[in-house]
Amino acid sequence: MEYVIEMNNITKIFGNFKALDDVTFKVRKGEVHALLGENGAGKSTLMSVLFGLYQAEKGEIYINGKSVQINNPNDANNLNIGMVHQHFKLVHNFTVLESIILGRETVKNGLLKKDDARKKVMELSERYKLKIDPDALISDITVGMQQRVEILKMLYCDNDILIFDEPTAVLTPQEIEELMKIMKYLVSEGKSIIFISHKLNEIKEVADRCTVLRKGKCIGTVDVSTTTKEQMSEMMVGRKINFNIEKKDIKTGNAVLEVKNLTIKAKNSKKNVVNDVSFEVRKGEILCIAGIDGNGQSELVYGIAGLLPINDGKIVLNGKDITKESIRKRCLSGMAHIPEDRHKDGLVLDFDLQQNAVLQTYYEPRFQNHGLIKFNAVKEYAKKLIKQYDIRSPREEDSIVRNMSGGNQQKLIIARELDRDPEIVLAVQPTRGLDVGATEYIHKQLIAQRDEQKAVLLLSLELDEVMNVSDRILVIYEGEIVGELNPKEITVKELGLYMAGSKRGVNYEKKS
Amino acid sequence: MKKNHNILELKGASSFFAALMAIVAGLLFGLVILLLSNAKEAFPAFLTILVGGFSAGARGIGQVIYYATPIIMTGLSVGFAFKTGLFNIGASGQFTCGAFIAIYIGIKWTFLPPEIHWLVALIGAMIAGAIWGSGPGLLKAFFNVNEVITSIMMNYIGMYLVNMTIVRTVYDALKNQSKSVAKSAVLPKAGLDKLFNTNNLNIGIIIAILSVIVIYIILQKTTFGYELKACGSNKNASKYAGINEKKSIVLSMVIAGALSGLGGGLLYLSGSGKYLQVLDILAPEGFNGISVALLGMSHPIGILFSGLFIAHLTVGGFNIQLYDFVPEVIDMIVAVIIYCGAFALLFKHLIIKFTSKPSLDSDINNKKENEKLKENINKLVITEETENLDNQKKDNKEEL
Repeated sequence: MEYVIEMNNITKIFGNFKALDDVTFKVRKGEVHALLGENGAGKSTLMSVLFGLYQAEKGEIYINGKSVQINNPNDANNLNIGMVHQHFKLVHNFTVLESIILGRETVKNGLLKKDDARKKVMELSERYKLKIDPDALISDITVGMQQRVEILKMLYCDNDILIFDEPTAVLTPQEIEELMKIMKYLVSEGKSIIFISHKLNEIKEVADRCTVLRKGKCIGTVDVSTTTKEQMSEMMVGRKINFNIEKKDIKTGNAVLEVKNLTIKAKNSKKNVVNDVSFEVRKGEILCIAGIDGNGQSELVYGIAGLLPINDGKIVLNGKDITKESIRKRCLSGMAHIPEDRHKDGLVLDFDLQQNAVLQTYYEPRFQNHGLIKFNAVKEYAKKLIKQYDIRSPREEDSIVRNMSGGNQQKLIIARELDRDPEIVLAVQPTRGLDVGATEYIHKQLIAQRDEQKAVLLLSLELDEVMNVSDRILVIYEGEIVGELNPKEITVKELGLYMAGSKRGVNYEKKS
Repeated sequence: MKKNHNILELKGASSFFAALMAIVAGLLFGLVILLLSNAKEAFPAFLTILVGGFSAGARGIGQVIYYATPIIMTGLSVGFAFKTGLFNIGASGQFTCGAFIAIYIGIKWTFLPPEIHWLVALIGAMIAGAIWGSGPGLLKAFFNVNEVITSIMMNYIGMYLVNMTIVRTVYDALKNQSKSVAKSAVLPKAGLDKLFNTNNLNIGIIIAILSVIVIYIILQKTTFGYELKACGSNKNASKYAGINEKKSIVLSMVIAGALSGLGGGLLYLSGSGKYLQVLDILAPEGFNGISVALLGMSHPIGILFSGLFIAHLTVGGFNIQLYDFVPEVIDMIVAVIIYCGAFALLFKHLIIKFTSKPSLDSDINNKKENEKLKENINKLVITEETENLDNQKKDNKEEL
């Protein structure tokens, strides 16, 4: 069997930390090869070695059977290796065409000649079925199209080995499906693809073989078709992961949170981003609001949490009208909020762990005395949270939060929110960007809340999460609730139809 | 655990050394300037700068303290605002307003009992500065107007308003400046004048040191400071946590303004023969405050020492006039020090790198650096490739 890439016995050391320990990684020609591992398992480091960003201490690399020395990304490019980064590197006020040819412009007498380039780009676009509008501005097109632009950019440089670094993290379910098709097509056209991911469903669907890394070590390479998801996840995490979330049947109680006719206007237009939304969350249930990103669900939660002014409607928490209350009052009335963007809203990144642990409670008598912070009490409290919620960080309670991993930052937020013993938890995409282990942990915590007769309002874009964790689903489409569903009675496909707006439930007819 | 402490200590020490490196670089630059303008006298003059306030015994030190007092206050003002995420360029205007109200009360409110006359004047100065600082704060909080722009505008409004009001109220037309304040409004000397053998010295420096301590406690020990710092560091997260971020912004600017205003009061009530002059020049103390805050890395204690240091150089600057140099050389030296101070982070990083053993922490830093490196490399790759392509084309043409 012919290998396009052979990386043999790669070892990479940072200080006294082995990021890669004797890793062997081989990609065949014309396959989608998945690289699976938790956050920090060494996937990115391995790719950086291949891309020439790091030099390995030990090991050798063969490309197309020839031993090569890759000293910088230039070398990698010359070997026809291209990479689509997780966060796209595009210029926002450039057109699609300009972005693709950036760095490889066709020039005549110092003037840009775009005609030839346009011809080549459109040819590639047709050949690989990557639909784009060459004259649209990057800032105007969808994330999915931006990704196609990145892919075309690689193809434009005649790359044969394409690296996709967690390409699905930013896409909607429909766009993910589209990408899978594109990847399969690229492979059938003779390209080889390395697909970095920790989402097992996607690997199962698109990849031929899969190499699993754990803590810098290569656990093994398996054939995806003959390996189950459970086996792969066990290789990745090192223990069994339970995909079927166990939930006791429990009785739901009274409504904790009632939202009545909530309306929020968009910032610069007359359109309502949230339009006349009413629902209630009861004790002992996880209510999930499902929808494709950008259908008003973020604004809805911001409105409930008091971070966004609402234009009309009422919010009632435990029978008390809190529509006009301050954010702090809402906190004190028992509302906890796991925000969508943990870096923007959830944490002060330059503070250390203990200061972040008391972000909402620093003024309580247990942490201050006449305005002076009780540093020992704060420290003890942070230590308690670290122990209880298994938050791992380089320097315990003194770690600057910016230096912590995403999973542990999220754990810190969840620890802080749940430890306040709230009546209702607003959890917005609580597992975004987290690996399987952390995701499982967070699901367990949310279900524990529910089992204690607390209410949870979950907002998620991941269909698996929606189907497995929730007790009841409300689908939001263009700012309106279009259906109430029971996850036990519907299929993912049906849910998708509601989310895409092509189906509406009884009692949820379109409002004029 | 012990290891962790070492790293912490190291970080404090390394920022001190980084500042020291910046200072050395600035002084060397000053030496070059001296050499260029008059090589013969350069070295004795340079020595004079270094000796600075120590040249004239206790009197010289007294001089340094006198010059340091107002710039410690404005430095504290800029540094405090900076710690809470605001860039207070308006220290100059706040300083001028504070100074004016202080002398106004000092001249007009002679009905006050002499024991508290100076105190009332100082409080008036603080209030005036606070009001001047609150303008940019309010605009920033409620209309999201950049405080840098508004506070610069407030500098000019303050200066011209004060000039106008001096002429109408407490004007000494003969000297084109404010009249002298009543004796009871001059700050008490508390024996400091005798100790340092200079008439200029009074309890101003003690008030400045007290301010440093108070600001240190507010920032480091109180929930109020915690709120202010949280808002400065991440406005969104503070709002999310239920902190009133608008109130915090306004209060930050009010306190910063009060500190500058107090600085103005302390200088113009010192009885050193300094009068508010009717000139179209912004008070330089305000801008020196920015230098002091930058050199002191916005830390209250750092500001105290950087204020004293810059005053020390300033006194040296006056003395080099003996060798026919202009005192402006000092301004250039200070400017270079600040410029190098911008590299302080780089110095700091180098120091940490060379002195500490690799740890998990530095690994994370390494990773971040590498990411930056990655981006830079990507940029480079693109440009290099264009060059390559161009070259290839040229070759092709030549072949043809």
